[in-house]
Amino acid sequence: MTVWQLVIKEILRRKPNFVSGLVAVTLSVAVLAGSLTILRLHDLRTEQIVVRKEQETRQRMKLLEDDYRKIMKNLGFNLLIMPADQRLSDFYADEVVSSYMPDSYATRLAQAKIVTIRHLLPSLQEKVKWPERKRTIVLIGTRGEVPSLFRDAREPILVAVPTGHAVIGHELAETLDIKAGDPIILFGRKFIVSQCNEERGSKDDISIWIDLVQAQEILGKPGRINAILALKCHCAGNELAMVRRDVAAVLPGVQVIEQGSKVLTRAEARDRAAREAVEAVAAEVLSRKQVREEQEEFASILVPLVLVMSALWIGLVFYANVRERRSEIGVLRALGARSSTILRLFLTKALLMASTGAVAGYGLGVLVGVIRQGEVSISLFEPRLFVLAACTAVILSLAASWLPAYYAAQQDPAEVLREE
Amino acid sequence: MVALERVTKTYPKGNLRITALAPLDVTVRPGEFVALQGPSGSGKTTCLLIAGGLLRPDSGKASVDGRDLYAMSRNQLASFRSGNIGFVFQQYHLIPYLTVLENILAPEAAQGEAKDPGRGRALAEQFGLEHRLDHTPGELSAGEKQRTALARALLFNPKVLLADEITGNLDHENAQIVLGFLREYVGSGGAVLLVTHDREVASQAGRVQYLACCTETEAAR
Repeated sequence: MTVWQLVIKEILRRKPNFVSGLVAVTLSVAVLAGSLTILRLHDLRTEQIVVRKEQETRQRMKLLEDDYRKIMKNLGFNLLIMPADQRLSDFYADEVVSSYMPDSYATRLAQAKIVTIRHLLPSLQEKVKWPERKRTIVLIGTRGEVPSLFRDAREPILVAVPTGHAVIGHELAETLDIKAGDPIILFGRKFIVSQCNEERGSKDDISIWIDLVQAQEILGKPGRINAILALKCHCAGNELAMVRRDVAAVLPGVQVIEQGSKVLTRAEARDRAAREAVEAVAAEVLSRKQVREEQEEFASILVPLVLVMSALWIGLVFYANVRERRSEIGVLRALGARSSTILRLFLTKALLMASTGAVAGYGLGVLVGVIRQGEVSISLFEPRLFVLAACTAVILSLAASWLPAYYAAQQDPAEVLREE
Repeated sequence: MVALERVTKTYPKGNLRITALAPLDVTVRPGEFVALQGPSGSGKTTCLLIAGGLLRPDSGKASVDGRDLYAMSRNQLASFRSGNIGFVFQQYHLIPYLTVLENILAPEAAQGEAKDPGRGRALAEQFGLEHRLDHTPGELSAGEKQRTALARALLFNPKVLLADEITGNLDHENAQIVLGFLREYVGSGGAVLLVTHDREVASQAGRVQYLACCTETEAAR
């Protein structure tokens, strides 16, 4: 007969006592393991969400990149060729060119064999007051596309505005109640509105397009233009320097800038989408972090509370057990048991309670955590968590049972035996 | 073997001290069966506990086999008691969740080591318990319980057996059986100190020592 056998026999004899202590240990370990599992799964899920969203963003960006390349191939860039003395700061601020160059530049450029430049649209534009309607407008004189001499004749990309006709921007048409076919007086001249543009959300909405020569006359700039728009240039953004060199070789007094185009708009949209995707991921991470903090805060209250309550309960269970076994302890002492043997009798029981409770509590806690988070794709056995659960169970059981066990070990056998 | 020299014991009770044992001398030699007789409250059980090393006397000396019991440390005394002194009680004090055989072997658990399981079976056979080995105390008769307690006390062949009213709960027949075992033990050289208030039981001892009802009270201070 050993102490171990005595402990096992006693447990089997007084099952309710052992089970009630075991329930407390199991509950404590389950709450601890469950809380940590929920947090672990939360972190894992956050990681998965971030990875998935990043993958989705990458895929979307890749698709946009493909679209971008296709658009680049099909549409090319739009370039704006302006006089060299045009201050870009003024241009970007007003979106109107205020310097001038000869309109023959368009023809010279068209005749030069620059393969990257296509569809040249010379224009004269100026921000002016429309005296008849008392509105600020951008008056644009255009002659349509300058034909290229070395390319096959093709349908022009833009049709010129015929003499005596005008194209009206959306905002002007709306506010001044102008419709296609209406006659208008512009700087004392009569024009027929051939078209009212759709809204573009740019200075185009307050612009009026007329024939270039008529515009030169109205603005007092005969033979002058201030911009050549080159549409569908076959070059990528990083080849702009090469285009500038080519143009400068033909027209030394000009500068070339990239003009806003569908390509750029889409590229900007792509960048914006990417930014938004990154922001969405960050927002998701932040939101999950807040949820985690709430869960952490709840666990930081619940776990110690359950541990303390369980410790009290286990202490009471052991105290009741010691009281119940008073006579048995007295006899064992009379039979030669040392205090340490009595202590061992109770602490061995506490260790058995701890080990059984650790396994049961860990299983229960992880299961509840997994069900709570709806995540079953992880390994249910996490060695570090199990070691933590086991240590908690052992420390809890030993600490809670120590005082009753010590009380039992210090019991005076003579007192017990005399009472009997 | 057992020598109590001028041992006294008092217990506190409120502001008073109850004298449980007036100066007493008791000697039990090997092979001697001594009965300690006296009325209730005369200090018989106190005397037995002092002789067993379980209750330190206020004064006097208690020794077993020439060893002063209360000069030893608690652990030394526990080891000494385990190997040299056997206890039997009126209430048997069997461990309720152990079988007869396990109860007989319980002193091994108290000592912290398992020894020869054959010794437990031999004792059970000697005390007529071989058919009850797997029974728990709740399933035994009073006589069987006391025989089990006696077998347990003799597991380590102690030199002294201290018995407290061990026939108190037994009928005449079972009492005689138990006393027969005590005589056998004495015959093999053991020393028995039996506490009893039963004259007939006491008469079977080799020697009877009477304790008067000498309880006195005195002021605690």
